[in-house]
Amino acid sequence: MTDTGWTPDQPLVSIRDVHKSFGELEVLKGVSLDVMKGEVICVIGPSGSGKSTLIRCVNALNPINSGSILVEGQEVNDPHLDKLELRKKVGMVFQQYNLFPHKTALENIMMAPLKVLKQPREEVEERSRALIKRVNLVGKENNYPGELSGGQQQRVAIARSLAMDPDVMLFDEVTAALDPETVNEVLLAIKDLAQRGMTCILVTHEMGFAREVADHIYFTDRGIIVEHGPPATFFSDAKDPRTKEFLSQIL
Amino acid sequence: MKPGNRQKRILQGSTDLAVLKPFRYSAAGGAYDLQFSRWLADFSPWHLLLLMLAACLWPGIVLAQSGYTTAQAMDALWRWLPFLVSKGFLLNLIVSFLTMLIGTLAGVLLGLGQISPLRPLARLCWFLTQLFRNSPWLVLLFIVMLSFPFEITIGDTVYPIPDWIKAVFGLALPIMANISEIVRGAIQSVPTGQWEAAESLAYTRQQTLWLVILPQCFKRMIPPWMNWYAILTMATPLISLLGVEEIVTLSRQAMEAEDNHPELLVPFFGFALVIFFAYCYPIARYTLRLEKRFAVKG
Repeated sequence: MTDTGWTPDQPLVSIRDVHKSFGELEVLKGVSLDVMKGEVICVIGPSGSGKSTLIRCVNALNPINSGSILVEGQEVNDPHLDKLELRKKVGMVFQQYNLFPHKTALENIMMAPLKVLKQPREEVEERSRALIKRVNLVGKENNYPGELSGGQQQRVAIARSLAMDPDVMLFDEVTAALDPETVNEVLLAIKDLAQRGMTCILVTHEMGFAREVADHIYFTDRGIIVEHGPPATFFSDAKDPRTKEFLSQIL
Repeated sequence: MKPGNRQKRILQGSTDLAVLKPFRYSAAGGAYDLQFSRWLADFSPWHLLLLMLAACLWPGIVLAQSGYTTAQAMDALWRWLPFLVSKGFLLNLIVSFLTMLIGTLAGVLLGLGQISPLRPLARLCWFLTQLFRNSPWLVLLFIVMLSFPFEITIGDTVYPIPDWIKAVFGLALPIMANISEIVRGAIQSVPTGQWEAAESLAYTRQQTLWLVILPQCFKRMIPPWMNWYAILTMATPLISLLGVEEIVTLSRQAMEAEDNHPELLVPFFGFALVIFFAYCYPIARYTLRLEKRFAVKG
């Protein structure tokens, strides 16, 4: 890994004036935000406001058109970026879980540390079993994703990402595809993670959850951040009319 | 309508030839392109038997004055039968095995080439696939037969290349192209979320392909692959036109040896039909069964 001169007192993720277009459709029109180590931030906003695109840019799943994204001082918007090194530091959980259907829950979790990080099997297995316990799935190790409920699959996906021991986790509307009764178990797993000091960027529609766990909330609309603040003030004294309208519809 | 749309519609809609369309899988993972197996599997074996019996009577009625009876013709067939099977049909099978082996290996490489991130390589593989998929088999066979040397010299030894080996390579070209399409279609039928999840876990492209994507599409490639095996086996008599001594060539030689009585035609060629049917029919049935099983599981 190249030495970037990054120190933990600087933002772990620093997004500056990011623009992103899909063809003629500009989805991000100059977004900036900082995430400090150990911070949990939530990005909320109406559908199509660019929030998912924003976090997909952080681990270079989507390339950006202009601006800068620094992860631990490493520039993501750099043609010579070592994407593999970046993705070892940035974990991601998807709305559709995207577990590998031909592998069991435990294999899903162990595969990347074994094949990508080339860590010894015993060590990986021990860590993976501990993660299974942490996301409360003991007994499901040998089940295939198709045999698990949505909430269980999503918790496996969280464990799979954690097995790589990332420095920051991205959550892309991870409860949006779940049945209402399984949403809570996934949120609990994320909350546990946040309390252990994991840096998290969440895109979510769960306002109550955002209020509870977030250190900072960003509200995006039509490709820009229109308002942000800590949950205490964000929900009570929103100034922007669009934020107010959105909150009044949701809360 | 935008010109792009129109062109797309023309490209998709102007042909009824399934082979000209890109190979497709359904959302459940099943292949759409199993017409041949469906057609063959829908056959009742009894229909064929009845047809055979009726056909045997036909020349007997028309040409009764010649003095050579259908019974004599069947007798001749009975005498030649072990020879036709052990020397003729066996070669058809060997050709089909070898062709499938070479066609599959080359087809997998070509199919992987089609999805390569290297654009020129992907275009080249796409072009080769389309070229060989849409060329008449017989033309490909003739090209290979006439352009391949009849012997090769390695060191001081001269190895003759028998015609049937050349025929294998000629038939392997269209098989390769169709397997290439099966592989490309199967890989592209895996949801993009699988690629993204693997990418996010820092898998390289190679690792993603071999550890995540290909294991998932292996099952869905089997039914269309078997479908092509049945088509290929049915097509092996083509090589009789090039003088390879497979079942049709030997049948003609046998009939000549039996003085070319017209009554021999239906029993001898009818036997070839029956033996191909008996071999390919179970394959077609099994193909459809696998197709159903894999599609349900998804």
